[in-house]
Amino acid sequence: MTRYAMVADLRRCVGCQTCTAACKETRGTPPGVQWRRVLDIETGEYPDVRRSFMPTGCQHCDEPPCLEVCPSTATRKRGDGIVTIEETLCIGCSACIMACPYDARYMVDETVFAFGEQAMPHEGRLADKARVGVVTKCDFCAGRVDAGVARGLVPGVDAAATPVCAQSCISGALQFGDIDDPASPVSKLLAENRWFRMHEELGTGPGFYYLWDQEAAA
Amino acid sequence: MTHMANPAAAAARRQRHWDWRAAGNFIGGGTGSGLVLAAAFAALLEPGGPIRAWALLAGMACVAAGLSLVWLEIGKPWRALNVFFHPQTSWMTREGIVAGPLLACSAAAAASGSGALLAGAALLAAAYLYCQARILRASRAIPAWSHPRVVPLILACGLAEGSGAMLLLGGADSAGLVALALAATLAREAAREAYRRGLLASAAPAQTLAWFAHPLTRALQGLRLLAALLMLAALAGVGGAAMAATGGAIALATGWALKLILITRAAYRRGAQMLQQPVRGRAARR
Repeated sequence: MTRYAMVADLRRCVGCQTCTAACKETRGTPPGVQWRRVLDIETGEYPDVRRSFMPTGCQHCDEPPCLEVCPSTATRKRGDGIVTIEETLCIGCSACIMACPYDARYMVDETVFAFGEQAMPHEGRLADKARVGVVTKCDFCAGRVDAGVARGLVPGVDAAATPVCAQSCISGALQFGDIDDPASPVSKLLAENRWFRMHEELGTGPGFYYLWDQEAAA
Repeated sequence: MTHMANPAAAAARRQRHWDWRAAGNFIGGGTGSGLVLAAAFAALLEPGGPIRAWALLAGMACVAAGLSLVWLEIGKPWRALNVFFHPQTSWMTREGIVAGPLLACSAAAAASGSGALLAGAALLAAAYLYCQARILRASRAIPAWSHPRVVPLILACGLAEGSGAMLLLGGADSAGLVALALAATLAREAAREAYRRGLLASAAPAQTLAWFAHPLTRALQGLRLLAALLMLAALAGVGGAAMAATGGAIALATGWALKLILITRAAYRRGAQMLQQPVRGRAARR
């Protein structure tokens, strides 16, 4: 089996937002919509203050709460773990937005561009009216992954088969791959480091892992 | 370097996708199904008597108005029939499936005066109300909605609103219906208090909890108490039907306000949580 997942090394993320920009450039999402976000989190009180960066987005859960509530079956889960939205079925009821604990879903009511009515070249190329009035989210660049696999490439290893956010990450903080393959880079990262998953207590089984320290014995 | 054990959280944000129209569906659905249930209760009080068709018609109108409002809110209204595609797990689908038979059965009961059809309508109304409660319960991004105690709260609200509307619309002359409305109003208060305590215990977002201390919420709480006192006075023979109808109107209006706040004001998202701070300063393995 294959289970695609994203691994974010919090020690490496510098909050540059390149992943966010790459996603927006490649997928043409409108202003306010960030399928790949990087949260800027401050903790502590002066003078002991820390600033950390946390990439987030759809967690492609094992048990997606969005899928359960979707009345139209637009939200689906593939055998490789990627959660998708069939835009032609979605009715835009937003029930999935209310169910996603990761704030990963978006809906816009009209076509808008970053600089008013004039679309930038990539916006004009990627603008899709089918995405207005329906819910959208990160799909781990499923089309890119599928095309790469069809060419015999390995997602997470070969650039052309890897989601653009992970591919563009300047510090190597974002890594993508198959966690069911013990030899994959992401499996090794998870074995050698300490990690957590967000809101795991909700039983969603997120496919997004956050590394925060080395394994004690390593 | 040691890591911080306390999880860091991004600020909780209020949901902005479900507005007054979505609240209107919960208001109309609750009041409408409550009216049908109250009409069935009235028939139990007067065996063999005529059923209160006007209450059924008013209930149908409320349910239909609620559904119309939510239809106006969804992004693709002309695909609305897709709502029926996922009965396996979606409470929204189940709500849609129950709505048609509820309206049809209520209309048939009102037209025919059949007790069996009225009983069927009451069962469907209870199912409809339960579906609405479970829609909120399934919204795991919103702690104020996903708490298990939201289910009894929404059920009690529907019954309190419906029985309150029943008094307002002409049922205030029945001591049994006044007693039902009083019991439902008190049950709503108990459910609301249990819900509040549940949210406190589950560490819901501070912005959600702050609504319990908001002056508007306090005023509504006082009005709900006033509604109960008016109904109690009517039952004791003070003020008569007008007193009961006033109590019913207040119980109805405060229930609507409670839902409006619950859906559009107190619904803060769970927000992101960084359970562990990154331990920097030593080589990360690659």
